[in-house]
Amino acid sequence: MAAVTQAPPARPASAPARARRGRLPAWRWAILAVAGIYFLLPLYAALRFAGIKAYGSVFSRTGFTDALWLSVRLAIVTTLITLALMVPTTVYVHLRLPRLRRLLEGITILPIVIPPVVLIVGVLQVAPGSLKATPWLLALEYVILAMPFAYRAIDTGLRALDVKTLTEAAGSLGAGWGATLWRVILPNLRTAMLSATVLIIALVLGEFTMASLDLYETFPVWIVQFDQTDAATSVAASLGALFVTWIVLMLITWAGTRQARRTGGGEVTLFTVARTDTPTGS
Amino acid sequence: MATDATHDAAPARISGAAGQSPAPAAGAREGAAVSLRGLSRSFGQVRALDGMSLDIAPGELVALLGPSGCGKTTALRIVAGFEAADAGQVLISGKDVSGIPAARRDMGMVFQSYSLFPNMTALDNVAFGLRMRKVGGERRKQRAAELLELVGLAAQARQHPHQLSGGQQQRVALARALAIEPRVLLLDEPLSALDAQVRVQLREQIRALQQRLGTTTLFVTHDQEEALSMADRVGVMRAGRLEQVAEPPVLYSRPATAFVAEFVGTMNRVPGELAAGGARVTALGATVAAHDGHEAAPGPVDVLVRPEGLSVTAAGDGNAIVTARTFRGAVTRVTVLISGQAEARIDVPSAEAAAMPPGATVQVTLPAAPVLVAPRRAASDAPALA
Ligand SMILES: Nc1ncnc2c1ncn2[C@@H]1O[C@H](COP(=O)(O)OP(=O)(O)OP(=O)(O)O)[C@@H](O)[C@H]1O
Ligand SMILES: [Mg+2]
Repeated sequence: MAAVTQAPPARPASAPARARRGRLPAWRWAILAVAGIYFLLPLYAALRFAGIKAYGSVFSRTGFTDALWLSVRLAIVTTLITLALMVPTTVYVHLRLPRLRRLLEGITILPIVIPPVVLIVGVLQVAPGSLKATPWLLALEYVILAMPFAYRAIDTGLRALDVKTLTEAAGSLGAGWGATLWRVILPNLRTAMLSATVLIIALVLGEFTMASLDLYETFPVWIVQFDQTDAATSVAASLGALFVTWIVLMLITWAGTRQARRTGGGEVTLFTVARTDTPTGS
Repeated sequence: MATDATHDAAPARISGAAGQSPAPAAGAREGAAVSLRGLSRSFGQVRALDGMSLDIAPGELVALLGPSGCGKTTALRIVAGFEAADAGQVLISGKDVSGIPAARRDMGMVFQSYSLFPNMTALDNVAFGLRMRKVGGERRKQRAAELLELVGLAAQARQHPHQLSGGQQQRVALARALAIEPRVLLLDEPLSALDAQVRVQLREQIRALQQRLGTTTLFVTHDQEEALSMADRVGVMRAGRLEQVAEPPVLYSRPATAFVAEFVGTMNRVPGELAAGGARVTALGATVAAHDGHEAAPGPVDVLVRPEGLSVTAAGDGNAIVTARTFRGAVTRVTVLISGQAEARIDVPSAEAAAMPPGATVQVTLPAAPVLVAPRRAASDAPALA
């Protein structure tokens, strides 16, 4: 039998887009340049200030490993808890209580406007006693901080999906709730969940106020402590952290986008999930 | 395209348990009888369904036709189990399925919007229902491939939905619904998002498949041409009820109500006078028999006639004036104004229409055959057709 090779389907949407990206108008270049200088100049100054030797000494400072490891654990735990809480809630609200979407959006924005001190006091009021002296308390606080970003990312992902029709299609084919969530909804939310993850990690690795108020020596707190005694090392550590965080986020974004391209799921970006194809229906 | 004998036959029947001996190729499941009994459903103040009843014979394709908002989708969703009726029952093979959740009703559904799972290939989409039924991997793949072949998409098996055209996606959705050998196939305007040419092709394909597999099918549409060309019987719905259920030719020639008459095909209203007794009506200077079963009282009425039912001849002293003329190939549609008040559209063989340019005076006459009669309606009551 002769093998029939399918030519890969043309993707008319992306080809012109890529071409357009090649020739940006001059004023966009100007804006890009100004923004670039605004961000890069301080970095360059910091780089110069710290000097090469400071980078080597960062790793030998006391508390470096502990602080970094604490922050990494916090990032992981916060991401897991936030996703476990927000994904089912958001899916449920989309499917069953669409009228509450507005309300949920309002609620999830609260952590941004409420001062951290109030949040800390609030969490202390409700947190079980066994958590109180452990880092997990901080993770709980971070979950609250992360909620607005996670909700928005997941909500955007769901909007692009037509969850109702997909759920009903799965139902008519014999899938129960578990199978629908696991095999249909979650795989299609992967991009949105990755976006949420990127945001949460960035948030946790950079958060200072809560950690220092709660007296935990997370990586940002550790860096600031150094500020007083050894400014060069502190700056070197900050830059190193910035660079490593950036690499991690880029890797996640890149992997997510590659996966999403394959299934037409969209692009992982920091603030929204942009579909590459036009959603239909609803 | 080469198809071998296996693919020409109906697909083999899938049983819930893996490892059984394969059923004969022609052994598609017998369609089930479906009965809708007095279904009602309200959404707040809106009565979406108002005591709808319908019996569908095994293997039959019934199309539900009606204007937007008349309750077609609601009826379908109640049969599928996505929506519960406030009152009434759905019987499948004589058994009430009201308490059974959608996932265990064994119904194949094709949606109006694209509903393929974006994360799966076409093949995995089709295989999904079988996977849920715990059909083993090899058998499942083979069966899904057969169905894709059946809808002519074997070559696209490994593509994801976003790589398929709208028509291809709906064909995959159809294959997916058929893969579970549904007792009933439910289609909710599956073609309405597609362009006209694809729509015609696909409806022929769906009909051929449905007849070959003998699956009882309920097809919702608001496209009358689609309904008339595909269905064994067409049910015309209005405000949550069925006005008439009949075979397409009957629906066209003997509509039960004025609503059906005007919703299906083009219908002219010509003013007339119904004689006492209601059996004869006078219009356009002729007196003819009226079909019985009408709702009109003796006195002024409207006579309902199809464009091909009226005859028209060029005549200097005629009763009508030609206002427009549209060439349609073999026939030409001539629009006339009768006695300066009633507009009528009449189909005339194109050769004859040459003598009837706009502005010409013509003589319009009623057919000798019995005509439909409806209560006189003010011009402002004209229905907004979907
Ligand atoms: N979930 C719902 N909530 C509120 N009202 C609804 C709901 N579903 C349907 N309706 C209302 O019930 C009526 C019937 O709706 P349905 O969708 O069955 O109409 P339809 O015949 O399918 O129309 P269309 O041709 O536009 O699809 C409409 O007035 C609609 O607004
Ligand atoms: Mg509908």
